Amino acid sequence: MLRLDNIVKNFGGTRAVNNVSISIPNGQMVGIIGRSGAGKSTLLRLINRLLDPCEGQIEFENSKITALKGRSLLQWRARCAMIFQQFNLVGRLNVLTNVLLGRLAYHRTLPTLIKHFSKTEKAMAIHALERLDMASTAFQRADTLSGGQQQRVAIGRALMQDPKMILADEPIASLDPHNARKVMEALRCLNQENGITVLCNLHHLESARMYCDRVIGMFKGSIAFDGTPADLTPAKVCDIYGSDEHDEELEEAFGSTFNLDVSSLDREKSFAAA
Amino acid sequence: MSEAFVHFIQAEQALRSSRRLQTTLFTMLFFGALIGAVIVGEVRIDTFIEGLPSFFNYISATLPEIHSSTFLTDIKEWYWGLGRWLWMLLDTITIAFLATIIGSISAFILCFPASHNLMRNPFIYHIARRSMEIFRAVPEIVYALIFVFSFGLGPFPGVLAIAIHSTGSLGKLFSEVNENIDHQPLEGIRASGGNWFQVIRYGVIPQVLPNILSYTLLRFEINIRAASVVGFVGAGGIGQELMFVIRQFIYVDISAIVLLIMIMVTIIDMTCEKLRHYAIGKEALF
Ligand SMILES: Nc1ncnc2c1ncn2[C@@H]1O[C@H](COP(=O)(O)OP(=O)(O)OP(=O)(O)O)[C@@H](O)[C@H]1O
Ligand SMILES: [Mg+2]
Repeated sequence: MLRLDNIVKNFGGTRAVNNVSISIPNGQMVGIIGRSGAGKSTLLRLINRLLDPCEGQIEFENSKITALKGRSLLQWRARCAMIFQQFNLVGRLNVLTNVLLGRLAYHRTLPTLIKHFSKTEKAMAIHALERLDMASTAFQRADTLSGGQQQRVAIGRALMQDPKMILADEPIASLDPHNARKVMEALRCLNQENGITVLCNLHHLESARMYCDRVIGMFKGSIAFDGTPADLTPAKVCDIYGSDEHDEELEEAFGSTFNLDVSSLDREKSFAAA
Repeated sequence: MSEAFVHFIQAEQALRSSRRLQTTLFTMLFFGALIGAVIVGEVRIDTFIEGLPSFFNYISATLPEIHSSTFLTDIKEWYWGLGRWLWMLLDTITIAFLATIIGSISAFILCFPASHNLMRNPFIYHIARRSMEIFRAVPEIVYALIFVFSFGLGPFPGVLAIAIHSTGSLGKLFSEVNENIDHQPLEGIRASGGNWFQVIRYGVIPQVLPNILSYTLLRFEINIRAASVVGFVGAGGIGQELMFVIRQFIYVDISAIVLLIMIMVTIIDMTCEKLRHYAIGKEALF
């Protein structure tokens, strides 16, 4: 169980995350939606402790994550793996090495500096790549791969971290629909087969509906919605995305197949106004 | 004409006149500095023209007499000390080589704490930066002079002098390379629990290594020249011999040695350039 308790994060004068309290049971797949600047990325970074909160507590299985320091902090980062929109692989290294980098936190520093990884770890890496259908690229430089392939390598690296949780920050925002589906299916599969909790920032409501058990909506740093995809009525969506009428971001969030919904939403709003 | 367009024209004119002002200001500053330098440096055309004949006289005095009938024997006589000089050239190359190795390794160690994007601790950052500045602020020849006084004549003070100066110069270049890297890979490694050393090792080094190799080779070219010069103050190599023959007015030997140095420098420059292009186009070795 992951618990966030009144988390606040300010950047200078802007409040990126405002009093967020949520609990996430192990094994859940959670989609986080909200407009650009709502604080979704910041929230994930706070959980992984790439950023430190200004106020509030984070707990995981009753241990205080916000109090971790030094080696135990690094190990926590390993246990909640991150996936990024731009994949964040090391382009000049080959795929296998990139995947092995997921083991860094489990070693003393010196052996890792000479690229010393055990046989078991190499076997693990190959197995992870196989599972993601990427084993054939093991010795290719990471920057020669397509975006979808790179994202799957990044998921492989995350798997090597032996994670309790995966935090994915818009993992499919720079992928075409086909690759986006493959990546989301891979995440869902890790969630269901390995019981890994997945928190996933998503741009498209459609993917949140399709893959997630639970959807959290953020608006200006606060939680504006928390429920199942079925609870996510057009009016609720309107709350999350604000209520400008001809809003491109809103339409984009729905995706092309949902354009009808948007227009019905507008009608609903005008009813409410009348 | 629309109002927006009128505004645009006015803004553009304002921009242009402010540019013109800037250009005039800089031109004036430049010529001011140039004139000042000429006065302070006592650069005088008449002295130059007066001195020109004796310059050519000196050059021609150092040149050997070579006749086509006795060509080979003349050359042999000119290069009577070829074996000796080649050994000294080898000394010079060794000095430059060792100094480049030592200098680039210490620069490599110093450059990461001296990059502001990699080192968050301002204390360590400033120590690394400032020490590199001190290392490169003093010319090699001055270091060599000091070390010859303290460690005695020979190549060792030369190596030390050039190594220290290289550490400072290369360290600055290396840390500039570090400051221009792509940060996404570093974030990926940090997010998966990598510590500072691991982030440097896997996030930074693969990105910067080709440039670092290239700069090191370039430094080797520069150090070859520096190694020829530090000999003047007794720090070993061909320079020491060149200084000796200049002092003793052994004219033909001067030209023989200078020509040898020129040939060596050219060969090494050309080889290093080839290697540099190779290093840049290459995949990550690490
Ligand atoms: N490192 C930072 N320094 C200063 N301000 C920041 C920083 N990171 C985020 N912010 C600000 O915090 C707010 C939330 O940003 P965040 O990146 O979390 O939003 P987001 O929901 O992920 O948006 P997007 O969908 O565009 O990725 C924004 O106003 C942003 O400008
Ligand atoms: Mg974001």
